[in-house]
Amino acid sequence: MSSAISPLLLVTFFPLVGFVIVLFFNDERPDQRAAIRWTALVTSLLTFLIALWLLSQFDPKNADLQLVIRIPWVQIAGVTVSFFMGVDGLSILLVLLNTFLIPIALLSSWDGIHERVKGFTLWFLLLEVGMTGVFLAQDLVLFFVFWEFSLVPMYFLIGIWGHGQRVAAAFKFFLYTMTGSILMMLAILWLGIQGGSFALPDLVAAHNIAPVLQTWLFIAFAVAFAVKVPMWPLHSWLPDAHTEAPTAGSVILAGVMLKMGAYGLLRINLSLFPDATLRLAPWLALLAVIGIIYGAIVAYPQKNMKRLVAYSSVSHLGFVVLGLFALNPQGLEGSILQMVNHGLSTGALFLLVGMIYERRHTLEMDQLGGIWRVMPLYGGLALTFILSSIGLPGLNGFVGEFTILLGSFGSKVLGNPWFAGVATIGVILAAIYLLHMFEKVFLGPVVRAENRTLKDLTAREILTLAPLLVMIFWIGLYPKPFFMLIAPAVEKLTASIQVASLAMH
Amino acid sequence: MVPGDGNGFFYLVPWVVFFPLIGLLVNLIFGRRLGEIAVGIVASLAVGLSFVVSVLLAFSLGIVHGPVVAHLADWISVGSLSIPWDFRIDTLSTTMMLVVSGVGTLIHIYAIPYMRRDVRYNSDPGRYPRFFVYFNLFILAMMLLVSADSYLMTFVGWEGVGLCSYLLIGFWYEKGAAGIGNAKAAKKAFVVNRIGDFGFLIAMFLIFWGFGSLQFGTVFSKAGQVAAANPGLVLAITLFLLLGVTGKSAQLPLFVWLPDAMAGPTPVSALIHAATMVTAGVYLVTRSYPIFSLVPAAQSVVAWVGAATAIFAATIALAQTDIKKVLAYSTISQLGFMIAAVGMGAFAAGMFHLVTHAFFKALLFLSAGSVIQGLEEAEHAKLHSDGRHPARKGEKSSGPLPVEASAQGHAVDVQDMRSMGGLRGRMRTTFWVYLIGALAISGVFPLSGFFSKDEILADASRLNPGILVVLLVAAFLTALYMGRQVVMVFFGKPRSEPALNARENPALMTTPLVILAVLAALGGLLNLPGIQTLNRWLAGTIAGLEPGQFILPLALAALAIALLGLWLAWALYRRGYSRMSDPDPLRRILGPVYTGMENRWWVDQAFNLIFVGGYRQLAGIFANPIDLGFIDAVGIGLGSATRAFSGWLRRIQTGFVRSYALMMLLGVVVFLGYLILR
Repeated sequence: MSSAISPLLLVTFFPLVGFVIVLFFNDERPDQRAAIRWTALVTSLLTFLIALWLLSQFDPKNADLQLVIRIPWVQIAGVTVSFFMGVDGLSILLVLLNTFLIPIALLSSWDGIHERVKGFTLWFLLLEVGMTGVFLAQDLVLFFVFWEFSLVPMYFLIGIWGHGQRVAAAFKFFLYTMTGSILMMLAILWLGIQGGSFALPDLVAAHNIAPVLQTWLFIAFAVAFAVKVPMWPLHSWLPDAHTEAPTAGSVILAGVMLKMGAYGLLRINLSLFPDATLRLAPWLALLAVIGIIYGAIVAYPQKNMKRLVAYSSVSHLGFVVLGLFALNPQGLEGSILQMVNHGLSTGALFLLVGMIYERRHTLEMDQLGGIWRVMPLYGGLALTFILSSIGLPGLNGFVGEFTILLGSFGSKVLGNPWFAGVATIGVILAAIYLLHMFEKVFLGPVVRAENRTLKDLTAREILTLAPLLVMIFWIGLYPKPFFMLIAPAVEKLTASIQVASLAMH
Repeated sequence: MVPGDGNGFFYLVPWVVFFPLIGLLVNLIFGRRLGEIAVGIVASLAVGLSFVVSVLLAFSLGIVHGPVVAHLADWISVGSLSIPWDFRIDTLSTTMMLVVSGVGTLIHIYAIPYMRRDVRYNSDPGRYPRFFVYFNLFILAMMLLVSADSYLMTFVGWEGVGLCSYLLIGFWYEKGAAGIGNAKAAKKAFVVNRIGDFGFLIAMFLIFWGFGSLQFGTVFSKAGQVAAANPGLVLAITLFLLLGVTGKSAQLPLFVWLPDAMAGPTPVSALIHAATMVTAGVYLVTRSYPIFSLVPAAQSVVAWVGAATAIFAATIALAQTDIKKVLAYSTISQLGFMIAAVGMGAFAAGMFHLVTHAFFKALLFLSAGSVIQGLEEAEHAKLHSDGRHPARKGEKSSGPLPVEASAQGHAVDVQDMRSMGGLRGRMRTTFWVYLIGALAISGVFPLSGFFSKDEILADASRLNPGILVVLLVAAFLTALYMGRQVVMVFFGKPRSEPALNARENPALMTTPLVILAVLAALGGLLNLPGIQTLNRWLAGTIAGLEPGQFILPLALAALAIALLGLWLAWALYRRGYSRMSDPDPLRRILGPVYTGMENRWWVDQAFNLIFVGGYRQLAGIFANPIDLGFIDAVGIGLGSATRAFSGWLRRIQTGFVRSYALMMLLGVVVFLGYLILR
């Protein structure tokens, strides 16, 4: 806290500035509607700039928490809850991802959201605060507050601005997540009261939880996080939520929110319960592998594009979890990078799906076909992002997937190569379902008359995709700067797990 | 390893990739404004410059022997895994670079006029630049594949060429059977190749954890040591690599994608699906020779896969009627020869055949393209007045116009050899170059195929007599199907109107053909018995390479077999097949066997039924009864129980955003309050 104002506070709460300004506008009037949009966009862009400034303040060689801010806040049963934030290699990329995707999502909803623009924008800015907070919070109660805080805006974004069965989908999303959260809350209370602190670094340093208890606490947290990831078989809320969510909601849901689950496993389970982690890793890896294969198989027969992409997320996030529980540098670093990659690629896929929805008001693939001929630029970009999602070398997805699979293949914790071996089949299956989608939507002759006159992308749409395009090539061809940010923190984490594993034997 | 220390032109090596990159970017951005000829020139020039760099590299290798590694940038470094963007310049990689960029340049030039017409026949001239963008992208990926210094970087090129193959097979993605046939063929190629790539990936994981690196230098230097400590690991590595090879090089059992790949424009078939990409598997085995030569068991598996593919595909080629399908199965068969060779450890022979095959098979495909376009042009001129377009194989029901045409029975399948005949006098240049290509692949002295095939056979006689017998039979079949094709296409009387009116193509198209014909004829000079230029060149990379043999009796026997095959084809087809309605002369002789060959031994049907259909069914079961019917239902059941319990909660849902925001704030306060007061 050398600087006058903490960059962490600023990056987390800056969206509230836009929030307050937007409150003064009236979205009944068209001119003010535009002002609302601009305010939100500028706010989120400034937030991203702040995140870049945060990056410039961040020392990539330092494995510890940085730019820490810690203010005693309240007391729970005599134990202090502090407003405790810090950033390290495990979280910096996710903060950047979040602040990077929010303006893109806002830009994507420029024409798509006509009604209640004000409410939409307000919720969106709150959502950003909540998610950034999750990634930066170092106190478990604070973490939980942000975790729940981010749930509500997404609930309303789906429930109010979604399509078709939006209320049911939002409710399902809410119930699933809340059920997990209850277990997490109990675990947090128990930990804090027993340990005398809610601060994660304190609890990690104390390292005095009995192995059996570790297992139960691990499971309590893991369930909450597994719902969010989502891991098989707790994924059922995701296809509905995605299908009914507005485009921007899907982009953020897939792009950032799902990573909260994986990040939770990384930040809390792995650091706090190393013994339980080592014991349970094969089981989580097993669920992850099932998720990879299962998500890929179920994605294939889907007729709705959003459902297909939603199931692809189940499969892709399986890779992320597999990498986490490989517990070696390749697996962990690949996993963190893959969280970013999935955010970029799947975020882009949802943007693309939204663009066709705005034109045709359908997501049923049977209604489309031959679109590439009508919209050449759109088709070319869609193919590029699909290939990134397929994991084509040279694009971002491959770098993450390969390191994850390589890491888990040789993981000592997992103990045998079958996890990675079976997961690698997911690489084949991804090509099947994604190229199937590309074929159904973009290839073949244009059969339906209403598809003949579709307009290619507008300048605004190109602008929303261009930053993502740059990123997928950058990470694909030169991921070094990203790995450099992650590596020290991961090495520290693996070292601590190493210690635990030695103690176990 | 010698670092690139300013000796020679080694520092130029990244340009073999950068030139195509520049070419494709220029055409991607300015393609529409440049005009067709300029687009073609930019693309061809890019590949041509890549060829020049390859020549300079080869020249430098003549002075500084041994592999040179040139570092470009870092790529993936995680923990102990470190993969840079490094190029490896040695005699093996340079040979491949020369073939890829050399033959590539010729095919690019050929494609300039070819695609000008093709885009018009397919009524979308706007797509012309896109073809050359893909074509340059292919050269880029292929150069990366052959010049990489690690398995992972090779894999980048490996999947990159697979992508280009996908894009180019599906170049006319709205054509083909039911309008979607080409797109489906493209997808099939990609997915089947991914099955192979699965093997490649697993092999890389095994290599990394066994050797601690994916860099060629490190892996090869440790090969002996690791194999001694853990022979099972090395066996597994080679077998998984073989899976990758069978995918990319279209060997049993993963060859099924290549015949369908003929849906791409003919220059694509020549460059990607004959001369270069499909030989990547041969290159990979040769590159990995230090590993393969340590496990004889794996070597013989590789060799037998190749030999079996060689004879199997040759039987199918014999009964095809589509001019390109014959060549496709022929390619599979010839790749089988190469794989058999490198499997046996006859690396130089395999590489030699790879080079000569690149010449004569590119020549054959491009000449076939010349034939097709000759017919198409004639058909087009005739139909132009009444506004119809000629049909191609398998697309009679697609597009608005061909439907009408075929319904009236006018459209002729311009790729069907049964509707050809008598083109010898009408397309003189094409005929002569085709003949040279056909004689070369059949192994007629003194053309290139004679020498390269003979070297494989001679090595087989020494290393694996069983394979020798299989390959001799395959060689006989090769001569027979090539003879059949030449007779059906060029001799006799024209069997359709387009064949009657066909004329020779412009010089821009025939010039590359003539150059390739010269190469196909004289390619044997690269490695003449006794002189062994290529052998000695490759010995700089492949240690312990035995000098190629020349066994005169065997060579004479092989030649006799080739001539017998050609003569038999002449005898059967010159008189025995004169009208379209005539049954194939071989059918009379072979009966049901011919039906099997004609139907490609029903492999495709079985493949579709078991794998495609099976997977579709499985996925359907997973999606509905399991996912929606069970997993989701359990969640919903639990949810509705909760919902009933908390039904009153819904009354609070007023629908006003402001009140929700207030509620949320209240919620947080209440929650915190509860925590504090507890």
